[in-house]
Amino acid sequence: MSNFMPMLYAFWDSDITYSFRKSRVAVISALVLLAMFLTAIFAPSLAPQNPFDIAELDLFDSELPPFWVEGGSTAYLLGTDTQARDVLSSIMHGMRISLLVGFASVILAAVMGVTLGLLGGFLGGIVDAVLMRIADVLLSFPPILVALLINGVLRGALPSSAQAESALIVLILSIGLTNWVQYARTVRGSTMVERRKEYIEAARTLGTGKVAIMMKHILPNVLGPVLVIATINLGMAVLTEATLSFLGVGMPPTQPSLGTLIQIGNEFLFSGIWWVVVFPAAALAILVLAVNLLGDWLRDALNPKLR
Amino acid sequence: MFAFLIRRIIQAALVMLVVASIAFLMFRFLGDPISNLLPEDATVQDRAEMREKMGLNDPVLVQYGRFIVDAAQGDFGQSYRNNRPVSDLLAERFPATAELVLVAASLALALGIPLGIYTALNPRGWLSQGLQVVSLLGISVPTFVTGILLILVFSVTLGWLPSFGRGTVVDLGWWTTGFLTTSGLKALILPAIMLALFQMTLIMRLVRAEMLEVLRADYIKFAKARGIPNRMLHFKYALKNTLIPVMTIFGLQLGGLIAFAIITETVFQWPGMGFLFIQAVNFTDVPVMAAYLVLVSFIFVVINTLVDLLYNVADPRLRAERTPARGV
Repeated sequence: MSNFMPMLYAFWDSDITYSFRKSRVAVISALVLLAMFLTAIFAPSLAPQNPFDIAELDLFDSELPPFWVEGGSTAYLLGTDTQARDVLSSIMHGMRISLLVGFASVILAAVMGVTLGLLGGFLGGIVDAVLMRIADVLLSFPPILVALLINGVLRGALPSSAQAESALIVLILSIGLTNWVQYARTVRGSTMVERRKEYIEAARTLGTGKVAIMMKHILPNVLGPVLVIATINLGMAVLTEATLSFLGVGMPPTQPSLGTLIQIGNEFLFSGIWWVVVFPAAALAILVLAVNLLGDWLRDALNPKLR
Repeated sequence: MFAFLIRRIIQAALVMLVVASIAFLMFRFLGDPISNLLPEDATVQDRAEMREKMGLNDPVLVQYGRFIVDAAQGDFGQSYRNNRPVSDLLAERFPATAELVLVAASLALALGIPLGIYTALNPRGWLSQGLQVVSLLGISVPTFVTGILLILVFSVTLGWLPSFGRGTVVDLGWWTTGFLTTSGLKALILPAIMLALFQMTLIMRLVRAEMLEVLRADYIKFAKARGIPNRMLHFKYALKNTLIPVMTIFGLQLGGLIAFAIITETVFQWPGMGFLFIQAVNFTDVPVMAAYLVLVSFIFVVINTLVDLLYNVADPRLRAERTPARGV
């Protein structure tokens, strides 16, 4: 405990926190993101209404506009949809699912990419050649197309009765399996540099096994750029999830993400209830913008060339 | 040059073979074609006959060979959902997507390049700064949201433009076009803007970055020192070298446009291939999915190969690197 304060001070005084404090964009987007994460995590207790509990819905309150428009009520700050669900509460719950899919698919992609990159870079030979050819083919297609295909294949492999409840997993898999390539390429490159260095030679001479060298010695030294890729990837993953849900192959309406909410709202565009589509869309855009800005800052802050 | 061409074509053929294999695996392991094609009350004997007729009892390799031969001739069998030949469905939908992508690509180039040059030449102007902010927004706002907002403003509120379909199209026998009628042209405006917007911001940023880079090069400084007027300097000497990388990226992005057309076509219920593909993914209509995959991959591969070749023609330095050095 005695050296906790100096540690905290050292962290506060480090290059990265200094550059963070100096960048107004980074601070603002971090705060916005933090607020969104907290909202997502505590949505069930924070949200004014549980939009999935039919007992709480009052059909007389359906299609109410936001509170500042005439006819709106302060009980539903952002209005209600055609089934009297509170738009604000739906957005909070939707954000929860969007972020869950985003984080889970980024973790899946990162773990898969780092493992494969490490294996390819360390072992070389045929393993490396095959992995990199697969990566080349995947990279030559737009990610959204790859995600759609994996999604279609996974859904096709499932019985139709199980499709709704496994939608979350199918989404995480299809986005994660699309995005691992970037991690694999980066980690492979730095692994190939690291494995020729003396400390690896030393470990090998001491009789350390291949797996131990990879996990204990190389891995910690190649993880740096992974964080940057992961941050930028989170924005991409949230966007891909929203797109898939919007296209109707993502989250079902019973368990809507932000993309599903926009899709549902889109169907009522012509009945004049613009708020059911505009607010979820705005929430999605702010979320992605904040992640992208933070990712840009992190990339520049960790790039030694720009110091 | 000739050796390079051959090498690129072999590479392209290999990629196509991989894609075709994926398509075959989808056919083989995804869903049961028999229960999809026969009515539900078909007898066991009907099913066995159908299996035999479709050749599903042959060895896998024979089936694979037959699939490749059929696919190379554009035959992907029957759609599970519409019970029509997949090639007919795709041929019907192809013109809609092609026209949309063509208009969007021209729009993106026609606006992106001049705006990029402008922001590079006047980096401090208010228009440049505004454009930078807009392009950042353009990258973060999902394309389908842009489309919905366009519909909300121009169709719902103002009522100027249609929000779905292609309008009246003229049938030319092998091609249906929306270019020849007013309603067809009007229907094209919003989807084309939605599809072009993202590409436009991308091209704009790219042209700006490249142009700034080129303007710092020595040969531009020399030209300036020699007293060559600014207009000639910018548009004759700098622009040429700026456009080479832009050409490559644009070629690659053309494939992206076809993929993003899936989203645009869904938002505007545009009767193109992307809309067909999304419906196929929704219903696991394997023949349509496989055929779309193979067709789109083919278009990608052709574009990539062409871009590589053009790059070689446009930039003599690349050719020089390949020929062995002959001493100084």
